[in-house]
Amino acid sequence: MALESVTSLPPNSWSIRRRAFTPYLFLLPFGILFLLFFIVPIVYAVYESLFRSQRSGLGLGAATVTFNGLGNFADVIHDPNFYTSIGRVLLYGVVQVPVMLGLALVLALLLDSTVVRFKAFFRLAFFVPYAIPGIIAALLWGYLYDPALSPIVKGISALGLGTPDFLGVNSVLWSIANIATWAWTGYNMLIIFAALQAIPTEIYESARIDGSSGFHIAWNIKIPLVAPALVLTGIFSIIGTLQLFNEPQVLTAISNNIPSSFTPNLYAYYTAFGNNNYYYAATISVVLALVTCVLSFGFLRVTQRQAGV
Amino acid sequence: MSQQTASVPLTISKEHVTTKKRSSQGSQQIQSIGAMVFLFIFVVYFLIPFFWLIVSSTKNAGDLFGSFGLWFAPTFNLGANLQQLFTYDNGIYLRWLGNTVLYAGVGAVTGTFLAAMAGFALAKYNFRGRTLIFSVILGAILVPGTALALPLYLLFSNVGLTNTYWAVLLPSMVSPFGVYLSRIYAAASVPDELLEAARIDGAGEFKAFTIALYLMRPALVTILLFQFVAIWNNYFLPLVMLSDEKFFPITVGLQTWNVTTGGANKFLYTLIIAGALVSSIPLLIGCGFLQRFWRGGLGTGSVKG
Repeated sequence: MALESVTSLPPNSWSIRRRAFTPYLFLLPFGILFLLFFIVPIVYAVYESLFRSQRSGLGLGAATVTFNGLGNFADVIHDPNFYTSIGRVLLYGVVQVPVMLGLALVLALLLDSTVVRFKAFFRLAFFVPYAIPGIIAALLWGYLYDPALSPIVKGISALGLGTPDFLGVNSVLWSIANIATWAWTGYNMLIIFAALQAIPTEIYESARIDGSSGFHIAWNIKIPLVAPALVLTGIFSIIGTLQLFNEPQVLTAISNNIPSSFTPNLYAYYTAFGNNNYYYAATISVVLALVTCVLSFGFLRVTQRQAGV
Repeated sequence: MSQQTASVPLTISKEHVTTKKRSSQGSQQIQSIGAMVFLFIFVVYFLIPFFWLIVSSTKNAGDLFGSFGLWFAPTFNLGANLQQLFTYDNGIYLRWLGNTVLYAGVGAVTGTFLAAMAGFALAKYNFRGRTLIFSVILGAILVPGTALALPLYLLFSNVGLTNTYWAVLLPSMVSPFGVYLSRIYAAASVPDELLEAARIDGAGEFKAFTIALYLMRPALVTILLFQFVAIWNNYFLPLVMLSDEKFFPITVGLQTWNVTTGGANKFLYTLIIAGALVSSIPLLIGCGFLQRFWRGGLGTGSVKG
């Protein structure tokens, strides 16, 4: 490929010929690492997902690895642990992502409006959770949910309002959603806020002079203009939701209501390192990556069509 | 609107405007109070857990469970907690801190530099395969990082690289999102004429690239800090790759303490809390720096109220 483009150039122009190689040289260091640590693992995961490990007889002999075709994929699709975990994160995402992005948008619009003071303080305060590592945030909220430690649980029960159970069968998913919302709202707000700041003021200055309310300007002018930033944050949130791992894994230390197949990623992790079934775990990872791609591309298509209308 | 008012007698339209202004000033004030109250509620939401962390890091194990969680206990135990944190298990926490700095520092600096080179090439040269390469990198942004961690572990264990510094460092250096960002910024901020001028002056291509790097500074700082935070916070990859605690970053280390806190190990709570506080400080400083930087970079040129 590189040779062709070189030979088509004037043969006597050494500097131009050298320049034809240059972009490939600039791309090479990143390209090698990208190939080794991005492309090869994907190919390898797909390859692994075609095999399975079996023990004969009583399971005492050495395991033999056999080709299984698409058998693992059929198993994953029919695996109730897998599809309930996918269903669980989808339910979670349908609620958590709109709440978080809606809140991020409102906060960003308020910080961009003329009615608010102390903007720098608010921006910093909302951004603090982003500086707390996700695993630390999960530990922290875990303590705030833990009845033995939590000032929230103690405070509510001291008021005679009963003892809330943040770690129950039905509540723990939403307790996790709260951790993610707390951790990521500020980050998303900042992306939207940066997009708002990039809008030239003249665009809505005339609307303001005409007496349009701040709400009117926000809804009709600002939000359509930051739609690309919203799509970007939406895609990152969808990916993050399907990958959910840290928070449920940390909370398993204090809650009995998080089974090992609570989320697809948790399931893949325990399949690999709990059951040593790497082939099946690879299949789960591949299917999860496919689901993620389909959903994020689907989201992109739908939002683009909406924006086009 | 202005066309409509032009046909209305002047006095009426003037009156109309003044009443409108007065009422909008009143509603502006109500809006302002409402907005401030709303924002303060969320300040409380975002800061309370962090406040709890600071308060709790000053308590001994007894007060942690016995006293009110959102205020300081009579005995101020922060110094002792920190001393215990830094000396427990032969100072393993300090080692984790060092590991984290190593992973995040080396990974982010190398990753940003490689991404800048690739982004510069994609933005400023015409060559075969450019669109294809960029599409593949763009697609890679959508691949979940955790989907890669398991196959990476299997690959690394085949070549004996698991449980080494390289197992975390090498994958951390690859940032497709960084390439995407630096391509966009290079296209927007590095004029072709400047590169041409540099070439005419006899500068090599690499020299031209260093000039472009200088112009891409704002983007590079952003990529560097995003990458740094991402590696600092990374949990899944080191969890999968490492089994020897002397290679752990802080995230994996604190979580291993967390799963052993029960029963006789109750004292570990104070260590985890102090450790969580200490591990948040570098990123808070980094984010404060990023905010100031962004304020300068994004705010200049736009006059906003």
